[in-house]
Amino acid sequence: MQVTAMDIYRLLPQTNCEDCEEAACGEASCMAFATKLSEKEAQLEICTELSSEAFDKLETLLAPAVKEITIGTGDKTITIGGDEVLYRYELTYYNPTSLIIDISDNISDAEFAERVKVIEETEFERIGEMLTLDAIALRNASGNAEKFAEAALKLKKSKLPLVLCSFDPDAMKAALEKVGDERPLIYAVNESNLEEMAALAMEYNCPVAIFSPNDLEKMKQLSRALRNKGIEDIVLDPGTFVQEGIGDTLDNFVMIRRLAVEERDEDFRFPLMGIPALTWIYEKDEVQGGIREATIAATLMNKYADLLIFHGTNIWELIPVLTLRQGIYTDPRKPQAVDPGLYEFGELDKNSPVLMTTNFALTFYTVEGDIKGKANAYLLVLDTEGRAVDVSLAGGQLNAEAVADLIKETGIEDKVDTRTLIIPGLSAPVSGEIEDESGWEVLVGPRDSSGVPGFLEELKEKS
Amino acid sequence: MDKMSQLLKLLEKTDYIEINEFRMDFEELELQLMPAMQRVVQQAATKQAAVQETIKMMEAADFVPPIKDYPGEVAQVQLGAGTRKPVYLGGQQALYRFEEPQPNPPVVTFDVFDIPMPGLPRPIREHFSDVMEHPGDWAKKAVKDFGANMVTIHLIGTGPKVMDKTPRQAAEDIEEVLQAVDVPLVIGASGDPQKDPIILEAAAAAAEDERCLLASANLDLDYKRVAKAAVDYNHAVLSWAITDINMQKTLNKYLMKEGLTQKDIVMDPTTCALGYGIEFSIDVITRTRLAALKGDQDLQMPMSSGTTNAWGSREAWMKNDAWGPTDYRGPIWEIFTGLTMMLCGVDIFMMLHPLSVQILSEIGSTFTKDYLTSDVPDISNWIAELE
Repeated sequence: MQVTAMDIYRLLPQTNCEDCEEAACGEASCMAFATKLSEKEAQLEICTELSSEAFDKLETLLAPAVKEITIGTGDKTITIGGDEVLYRYELTYYNPTSLIIDISDNISDAEFAERVKVIEETEFERIGEMLTLDAIALRNASGNAEKFAEAALKLKKSKLPLVLCSFDPDAMKAALEKVGDERPLIYAVNESNLEEMAALAMEYNCPVAIFSPNDLEKMKQLSRALRNKGIEDIVLDPGTFVQEGIGDTLDNFVMIRRLAVEERDEDFRFPLMGIPALTWIYEKDEVQGGIREATIAATLMNKYADLLIFHGTNIWELIPVLTLRQGIYTDPRKPQAVDPGLYEFGELDKNSPVLMTTNFALTFYTVEGDIKGKANAYLLVLDTEGRAVDVSLAGGQLNAEAVADLIKETGIEDKVDTRTLIIPGLSAPVSGEIEDESGWEVLVGPRDSSGVPGFLEELKEKS
Repeated sequence: MDKMSQLLKLLEKTDYIEINEFRMDFEELELQLMPAMQRVVQQAATKQAAVQETIKMMEAADFVPPIKDYPGEVAQVQLGAGTRKPVYLGGQQALYRFEEPQPNPPVVTFDVFDIPMPGLPRPIREHFSDVMEHPGDWAKKAVKDFGANMVTIHLIGTGPKVMDKTPRQAAEDIEEVLQAVDVPLVIGASGDPQKDPIILEAAAAAAEDERCLLASANLDLDYKRVAKAAVDYNHAVLSWAITDINMQKTLNKYLMKEGLTQKDIVMDPTTCALGYGIEFSIDVITRTRLAALKGDQDLQMPMSSGTTNAWGSREAWMKNDAWGPTDYRGPIWEIFTGLTMMLCGVDIFMMLHPLSVQILSEIGSTFTKDYLTSDVPDISNWIAELE
């Protein structure tokens, strides 16, 4: 169950820091601080009035339902887990799913280097954010400890953190001797290697994954065994069954997360990982495989996967995955909006065209991407409380009066001699009303802003 | 109490006996003490076994599947009757199949239009260019070649700014499609709030007793007229609200006031496409399904997704070499949008691309099997097996 502000308040000093000029937490009262803590917007450490006993209690109380775990060190780190809720609308999901690409230890040096390069350089820009991949999973496909260690050493130069995949403790030991100081994720403990792998995890202070395909009872036992040894950074892999068994996999993910969040079952309060890469054992066709691997990834990312290992590196496969991740991990409490007002693009003069759009972040960044460097124009951004053109038109935020006010408030009439406003194609139904209200001539622009530069070109030719 | 009884009494709570410096008449003992010893030994053995069992049980019972009780349930809606093969939507009594078997697999309804749609993205057009002149042929191809469970006939041509087809012409198009296929139909209009109710009424009459889904009733048009057409001619109604759970509730209430029941309504809480606000739909659809299972009678209807909206996303259709071919991006965009909605509780999907339909149906059917009943491969050696 989610911790409430009241639960937290009870353990705070409740002094409201009356004797001091300014509270260390910067809040007006302990209750306000408690609210911030419950929403994960403040750190407990900034309160100076806590006894160490109260601090410990609060720390336990505030520990997320799913443990937050760091893989890697220094600049090469990813953090996974940290979630508190089952549904994102209840709070938000923390720490976007880490997207990891596998690499085999039995390919040639040139192939190896090329694949690392592709993984490191994959990127896709969306809504003003650069989306990239997070880590590399080195697979002991050779079954040879020495080869595994050599390949691990090669990855020391990579800028991404590392997952070491082998069920053989000797191979794992050999690789950890090379890169153990970089805190890779050890994948994985199973029934037969538990003692040795646990010893390695402790020796190198690395997080460790448990692999227990389709057996949550055993998963619980293995988790408890590791916890009894004092190992705290655990990742759970209940097996990814990419064909008929995907329903089981989904059930396992949901059950584990439910046990963590609702039952606070200590054995399951850890991040979850899935391996869509398994698709390629059964599917050799590159296109079919890519589509199916992405589909498995989408299934698991929707239901709680904190880390996913892929095999495919085609950009057309990864773009949808990166986009879905971006959507799921937005904060539902914050409107996705940019500041309304006047934005300028390129070299402008008194005859430059004036465009209009809404302040929904996605709409704005899409329009910005389409005109930046491709057209010279003023862009009026209307405050629609972060709603898209069609939605704000239906909801009434995009209306003639608001547009007329925007024209006045931005002072655009002093910047241009023209009195022509180009509105988005989807807002055509209110074009007449905007003309009446603002006194400007209104032109209906393209429905998709990718057509704006062409539209402006044509306009120029006509005049 | 004699000595023997005392001894037996003492032995009652004993797990074992150790005999030191013991002297006794052997024959007597054999007759009298043996049963007592036997009993003690047996007791001790049983206790030992019980301890073992408890240890085992503790380990096994330790893992308890987190199953919940839900006071509410989603109504089951039948689409298709008369000359149609029926399909069933909804009927869920739990959120997940490990809690309670899921009654009906997800249904995909293929989008078909009453006019050739030059605006459709190329990866879709190329599958249907030979049949786009005739909605009947188009529908037949969707069902026969691409395995659609249903067909959605969009009467786009009735739009005043499109072809302004008359209600009579709309009815003829419906008749053509009804003749061509025996799956249930969704009947969609052009989106013109004035004309849609009139068109839907004519189409509903043309398909009397075939139990189609009339799309849609919403708060921007004369929903009473749409509801009445459904009641009069035995159809169901798509209740469409824009990502707003309260608006959805209100509309459902209004529709039920017009004589429709939970079993005559399918909700469309609006599908925002992948990357274009899909998170808003995730939240609304999740909350709607949870509300239904918690007992909110105004929201206990199955849900529909306009998955086709995915094709409006530029990443699905826009040519861009840096993003790879749209032949693959497009279908994935549609699959992701539908799949995400499915995982939040949507029951029926309006879709466009054959490959998307195939993959979504495949994965959807696995979600209605029982937990741990599928044959799964041994993946314990995947690290080496993967190429």
